[in-house]
Amino acid sequence: MTPRGLWRQLTHGLRALLDRPAADRDLTEEVEHYLAEAAAAHRARGLSPADALRAARLEIGPVAAVREQVRTAGWEYGLETLLSDLRYADRRLRAAPGFTVIAVLTSAIGIGATAAIFSAVKPILFEPLPYPAADRLVAIWESGHDGTRLAGTFGTYRTIEERTRVFERMAVAKVWQPILTGSERPERLEGQRVSAGYFETLGVGPVVGPGFPVAEDHPGGGRSVILSDGLWRRRFGADLDLIGTSIPLDGDPHVVVGIMPAGFENVLAPGADVWTLLQYGLDQGRAWGHHLRMVARLAPDHDLTSARADLATIGPDLERLAAAATGFFPGHFTVIPLAEEIRGGVAGALWAVIGAVLLVLVIASVNVTNLLLGRGAQRRGELAIRATLGAGRGRLVRQLLTESLLLAALGGLLGMAIAAAGVRLLVSLSPTSLPRVSAIGVDGTVFAFGLVLTTLVGIAFGLVPAFQAAGRDPHEGIQGTSRRTVGGHRRTRSALVVAEVALALVLLVTSGLLFRSLGRLLSVEPGFQPANLLTMQVQTAGPRFASDTSTTRFFQDALDRVRAVPGVVAAGLVNQLPLSGDRDEFGAHFEAGPTEAARGFNVFRYAASPGYLETMGIPLRRGRLLDQRDGAGAPRSVVISESLARLAVPNGDPIGRRLSIGPPDGPLYTVVGVVGDVRQASLGLSEAAAVYTTPAQWRFPDNTMSVVIRTTGSPSGLIDAVRSAIWSVDRDQAIVRAATMTDLVTASAAERRFALILFEAFALAALVLAAAGIYGVMSASVAERTREIGVRAALGASRRATLGLVVGQGMTLAGLGMILGLAGAFLATRAIVAMLFGVSRLDPLTYLGVTMVLGLVALLASAIPAWRAARVDPATTLRTE
Amino acid sequence: MNQPGGDVIQGTMDLLILKTLSLEPLHGFGIARRIEQISRDVFKVNPGSLLTALQRLERAGWLDAEWRRTENSRRAKFYSLTRAGRKQLEVETADWNRRASAVGRLLRTEG
Repeated sequence: MTPRGLWRQLTHGLRALLDRPAADRDLTEEVEHYLAEAAAAHRARGLSPADALRAARLEIGPVAAVREQVRTAGWEYGLETLLSDLRYADRRLRAAPGFTVIAVLTSAIGIGATAAIFSAVKPILFEPLPYPAADRLVAIWESGHDGTRLAGTFGTYRTIEERTRVFERMAVAKVWQPILTGSERPERLEGQRVSAGYFETLGVGPVVGPGFPVAEDHPGGGRSVILSDGLWRRRFGADLDLIGTSIPLDGDPHVVVGIMPAGFENVLAPGADVWTLLQYGLDQGRAWGHHLRMVARLAPDHDLTSARADLATIGPDLERLAAAATGFFPGHFTVIPLAEEIRGGVAGALWAVIGAVLLVLVIASVNVTNLLLGRGAQRRGELAIRATLGAGRGRLVRQLLTESLLLAALGGLLGMAIAAAGVRLLVSLSPTSLPRVSAIGVDGTVFAFGLVLTTLVGIAFGLVPAFQAAGRDPHEGIQGTSRRTVGGHRRTRSALVVAEVALALVLLVTSGLLFRSLGRLLSVEPGFQPANLLTMQVQTAGPRFASDTSTTRFFQDALDRVRAVPGVVAAGLVNQLPLSGDRDEFGAHFEAGPTEAARGFNVFRYAASPGYLETMGIPLRRGRLLDQRDGAGAPRSVVISESLARLAVPNGDPIGRRLSIGPPDGPLYTVVGVVGDVRQASLGLSEAAAVYTTPAQWRFPDNTMSVVIRTTGSPSGLIDAVRSAIWSVDRDQAIVRAATMTDLVTASAAERRFALILFEAFALAALVLAAAGIYGVMSASVAERTREIGVRAALGASRRATLGLVVGQGMTLAGLGMILGLAGAFLATRAIVAMLFGVSRLDPLTYLGVTMVLGLVALLASAIPAWRAARVDPATTLRTE
Repeated sequence: MNQPGGDVIQGTMDLLILKTLSLEPLHGFGIARRIEQISRDVFKVNPGSLLTALQRLERAGWLDAEWRRTENSRRAKFYSLTRAGRKQLEVETADWNRRASAVGRLLRTEG
């Protein structure tokens, strides 16, 4: 169509739309003129004026019909019908405010919850990582024959870079938590040490500044730093002159060489604010330490398969190279898309949450459908009249669909507001392990999703009532026989209620199982006494601590000062605190004993000051704890956990046995005691092989230690006093993570708690909606059967019998729903097996418990209408007949 | 549909209107009568279809419409061909000829 044609379409259509009377007048005049001319033509052929007019009329048909034909041909007619349908729907909804409010709220909850969950999972499940050609990014791990993954080494990284061309670029990174000193209080920053090509590999570079000086990426190279936009604004007032100047990190000046863009998302370490060069060399001992994360960008002509094949050829060489440098390569590589790596273990749980929220949406839609059906019954007469007056079936369906779509649109609008608020709540509640939290938000895609969802929901809950209304014989409606027929719509409503109850039960069972899991988890004995324990992590940094003795002395002095604080019962130091996320593992090699061969075990390595085990309340099983005897220069002593004792010395006395920690040919420690097991990584994991030595007898001083303090009163009340006691030794040391042990225990279950909160919210919504559904159907049923109930009462049925009749009917529906729901739960709980702890997915207690809860709610929901039915006065009902 | 004396063949209404108006501006009845006369009453024009087609062609920009007085001084809506309409007439004529000759060829080979 020509632009002019399009313009005319628009203007003519709009003119007709805006001034329909004028357009109609024009059209009528044109048709009438046509008629007059036709009549004139007949007259010219000799007919009398009256006959000519009659002949013309006969030819042309009624003027109004012609006018309608022309009028309905334009596009504006469709819009007009829609507008009139909308006006009509609006009137109908306004006329029943109670119904409208409930229907809109119900659909808003369904749509809002679904949209909120969708926006939370979207960046993790459905979006590529925020880098150019992100599908080419892969994570590389070293792996053993059994597939256990091991972090990469610098040696591996350099070998891959040299030997293969499957990667365009690659980089390694490790955690770096420097302390920023300066005018303000010392602050520990989150950051990464990265090889020079890190940002090029990701494909995002600094917006300001030259970037890393690549030539300095070697031991002893010049120190430089790249800052995040956030840190640059927060600490440095977004000062552009900062580029090229130095800032003190860990006491050393670092030249600022770049600022990352504001939207930069660092998926490998989401909280990172600073990046510096890794500066490793192949001749260093740490070159073969397994502590680097490897990320690479596939070359354009390669894919995962070819990359895996190519890396496999390097394996043998690497094993030799690593062994020559007293390192170790486990023999294989694991190459996975970076997106998959980031998604990690949460994908399963997220799909389960999506499933749960979709159930809520379905229940909400079913509920609104039910409400609409209930209204359909009331307005049967009206629809029948419209049908007899000539409204086609299609027209009626369209009218009813317009109404349900309008309802859904209102629900969707409110729902998106709920989603926007819900997403904020979700983010604030989300556990730290949820990836890509910073990318979560309500954006255009979420709105589009909400729109599609709203439309689908609107059509879904409009279709059933619409077809029921359209398919009915109009005579029946007009004659008002509805009161005597228990028609098809009641069966539909009952079926919907059964479905609703079933779905609600599925949600109740899953959230019940998660609830029991959390309870089981939190009742796990952590192996120490968490009550009245305060913990703080202290980091030493800066040139002052270049020598080992100064670090040791600082911690010893700090511990002495802490012990002197009033209210402190006992205190100790440890390099890794249970349930805090710390993780320090070594290999422990036992000498051959009288009954066992020499063996190695993977153990948690604790550097624990004398007093640590006592302060924590970790029970002594055999031998003695560590004390002042175990100082530097004294015979090396070690305390081991009972699990390790059982593993290493299954049949003998572990006391007196000797083991090395770290290199198999390293110095030997003698076992002096056995203590109880402690849950280190999480309450849910029972890895408990552990060794404890004093810091003085360990090979190197740890420069990050946690202080644990047992207090008489509330531990959190002592935070300030303990902090200033430590700062009185050296006020430049950063104290991070001051927390009570009970808080750490609670926080260690944050992920489960988060999932549980979501499921509980969904289950609660489902329960309320199901109850509303039962209530609605039973009320309608009672209202429709008032006459029947009246007759029964007149014939002598007692109130109790009536009560029983109605309640029985409601409970039959609920019971059917619950049977279906139990079957559904039996299948659906498979999706959450990975999220359970200590509870079978078929845990009978949970199934029984939630069924009883649902049953009680159903009973209540049908008891109210039943009570109303029982009060029906036979005299009044019979009189109205 | 296309029985002799029946309605205008589907799809040819536009062409007939455009052709009729290429000679002179006419009102609705004038167009109908002209089509019937020239086709020697082979085509009967249904006024509803005609007026709908006129509205469509006007909106497409091929016709202009104007209220004028007829010779017997009645107000009538006169349609005239625009330049775009003239071009469209050429296109549709060529198209029709192509089809007609194709149909003709087919009929000849079979008969």
